[in-house]
Amino acid sequence: MNQEEIFQQKVDTEVRIEPKDWMPDKYRQTLIRQISQHAHSEIVGMLPEGNWISRAPTLQRKAILIAKVQDEAGHGLYLYSAAETLGISRDEMIAQLHSGKAKYSSIFNYPTTTWADMGAIGWLVDGAAIMNQVPLCRTSYGPYARGMVRICKEESFHQRQGFEILLVLSKGTDEQKAMCQDAINRWWWPSMMMFGPKDDESPNTQQSMKWKVKRFTNDELRQRFVDICAEQIKILGMNIPDSDLKWNAEKKHYDFGQINWEEFWNVVSGNGPCNKERLDARVKAHEEGAWVREAANAFAEKQKQRAHKNSVAA
Amino acid sequence: MNNLLRKFYYGDILGEAPASSGAQQSDRQTWPLWEVFVRSKQGLDHKHVGSLHAADAKMAIENARDVYTRRNEGVSIWVVESTQIHASNPDEAASLYDPANDKVYRHPTFYDLPDELSHI
Repeated sequence: MNQEEIFQQKVDTEVRIEPKDWMPDKYRQTLIRQISQHAHSEIVGMLPEGNWISRAPTLQRKAILIAKVQDEAGHGLYLYSAAETLGISRDEMIAQLHSGKAKYSSIFNYPTTTWADMGAIGWLVDGAAIMNQVPLCRTSYGPYARGMVRICKEESFHQRQGFEILLVLSKGTDEQKAMCQDAINRWWWPSMMMFGPKDDESPNTQQSMKWKVKRFTNDELRQRFVDICAEQIKILGMNIPDSDLKWNAEKKHYDFGQINWEEFWNVVSGNGPCNKERLDARVKAHEEGAWVREAANAFAEKQKQRAHKNSVAA
Repeated sequence: MNNLLRKFYYGDILGEAPASSGAQQSDRQTWPLWEVFVRSKQGLDHKHVGSLHAADAKMAIENARDVYTRRNEGVSIWVVESTQIHASNPDEAASLYDPANDKVYRHPTFYDLPDELSHI
């Protein structure tokens, strides 16, 4: 067997691929693209929620939101670390994000205009993310799979806190109820788009499934998401903004309406409501933090030299 | 794409020069990479949990505490600079970790002893 066949056999028999194992270049590149894109999404994802930390309605909500945003930073780090084991440096990934070469999830290019958005993001956006991430705990690349296990454990808190925010609003005043429905209206379709293009327009899916980088297709996961949310929303007493949403007894799934793919591709290609704002915020944070990174390096270097001098003198 | 890929492997592979030295010198701004090991409770081994960048060991431990032990995951942390870890070569795994199935006498069940014999 040649190396590629040995590799594929390992994948087929659920033996995880580890950093120093031989792997096809294309596998390495696909993973770098997917993992770094995922990492960038976690980091950029801190921005829309960070927007509400200073305006959370209670001290407890504020503490929860800070904890959640801190988790997102941690998730970004797990994923950057996993990508680094494939041979790309952190600096290169950051540079690719800032130059626009690397993408992040389009969902974070939508604005968070009311407090209810924190609920809708937790329930729908994190809910969609979990749907994608749970199968990735068994993805073929070891460091990625291990990172995902850690992330999934924490994501569950995110989704539950989001649903609870909406639940409280759904039992509130008319104004609060309206705010809850409005947030669901705005986040539903972008969340549906998080699963990516339809299977017949997703050219990489087949190869990714063969490599077990992906475990389910975009459409399979999207359908699962719809089926779950269509039931959960009943508890909120709210509506999903889709007039075609209907239980199909024959298929045992919910039918749903057309996704506006034009909007999807428009946001992906940089023309969403907040694309520029998000990237600018990232670049600014990175540039304004440069002196901290330099100072820490200088300090570490000085300590090293001092320790060396002392050991020579002693 | 290939020229973007610098190889920062864990440790080194026999026969390859340490890959990170050149890259590190050209980019002094980058904090070194550290591998993080966490003991989940007293009595258990430290286990590898992931890695992070930090300027020195103290910062690496502080950051590891914030990232890897926010929910009772550990009571003790080790950090080791990734370049200090030496690893076996996966290409030799088949011969290095050959189970030596022909050496059955290494297993306790190889020895045929009387049933009356107890506590052994």
